[in-house]
Amino acid sequence: MHELSIAMSIVEMAQEEAERRGSAQVSAVYLKLGELSGVVKEALLSCYEMACEDTRLVGSQLVIEEVPVVVFCAHCHDRRAVSSVQLFCCSECGTPTSEIVQGKELEVVALEIQEWAPNRV
Amino acid sequence: MGSQPRLVEVRKNVLKQNDLAARALRERFRDAGVFVVSLVSSPGSGKTMLLERTLTQVRRNYRVAALVGDLATQNDAVRLARSQAPVKQIVTGTVCHLEAAMVQSALSGWSINELDFLFIENVGNLVCPSSYDLGENLRLVLISVTEGEDKPLKYPTIFNSADVAVVTKTDLAAAVEFDWDSAYGNIQAVRPGMQVFRLSAKTGEGMDEFLTLLTVRLGDLRSRMARA
Repeated sequence: MHELSIAMSIVEMAQEEAERRGSAQVSAVYLKLGELSGVVKEALLSCYEMACEDTRLVGSQLVIEEVPVVVFCAHCHDRRAVSSVQLFCCSECGTPTSEIVQGKELEVVALEIQEWAPNRV
Repeated sequence: MGSQPRLVEVRKNVLKQNDLAARALRERFRDAGVFVVSLVSSPGSGKTMLLERTLTQVRRNYRVAALVGDLATQNDAVRLARSQAPVKQIVTGTVCHLEAAMVQSALSGWSINELDFLFIENVGNLVCPSSYDLGENLRLVLISVTEGEDKPLKYPTIFNSADVAVVTKTDLAAAVEFDWDSAYGNIQAVRPGMQVFRLSAKTGEGMDEFLTLLTVRLGDLRSRMARA
């Protein structure tokens, strides 16, 4: 159960990025979460709320995009989905492969921040 | 003045701090010429027993040391110290895995240049350690025969973060009707081509093959260093 410390890192990262861009408020954090990241989506979402308490991210939303595993199949010479994470075989031709090209992501991709702008007249 | 939402691109790895610390460790290990082996498994799979036996045997011919992570107690360090090798306990408190920064601070005061092997025993946990690179050369994942043959299917992520699998406690295999073919098949299903050892640290069965792996890998490292 390391989702709380991951959530705290996400909040910290989002705060720094928002400050760097001169914004006081973050309304959403967009995260890519690989199937092999070792992080459980539901646990992360509940920890995120806790991690936001007493920060400027309180009330913000964590938007998670789940990233499936993609391997390189030496037989097809191409990127392919796997049959399942319990069976690392090319989903097209069935060749076993452990060359993972996608699915370990744990990455903050974007923030939705509030910017102060002059009211239109 | 009013506030308007705006989407800004970030693209930052959440574990960047750990990855940077692990990269620094990897460089330090490479410069020192030390071969670093980490062990991950669920609690009670026999990491400490395997390490105790390994340290005792390897230190006859090589300079070895070990770091051992646990949530609490110094018990494992006390056990490992019986091998006469330098051992340091990392007590993580509530943290369920080791991080690269913990390894960095545990190594302070140690001159790793004088080592051939450094072993790092992670906290017993088959989930969280998979996300954290420790800068090691070789990561072993252990499963004991008492855990059931389907462990790899339940924890594919950790098998994909490790390099070599070790099936432990083979002296108990018959008693628990352990099915080697099924376990081996499951490891290959989640990680095709993974090298698998089977051994009993208690009886010594299979230990020679395992120790040969370590010395061969150290030899590879040293010859790469000599060419560089």
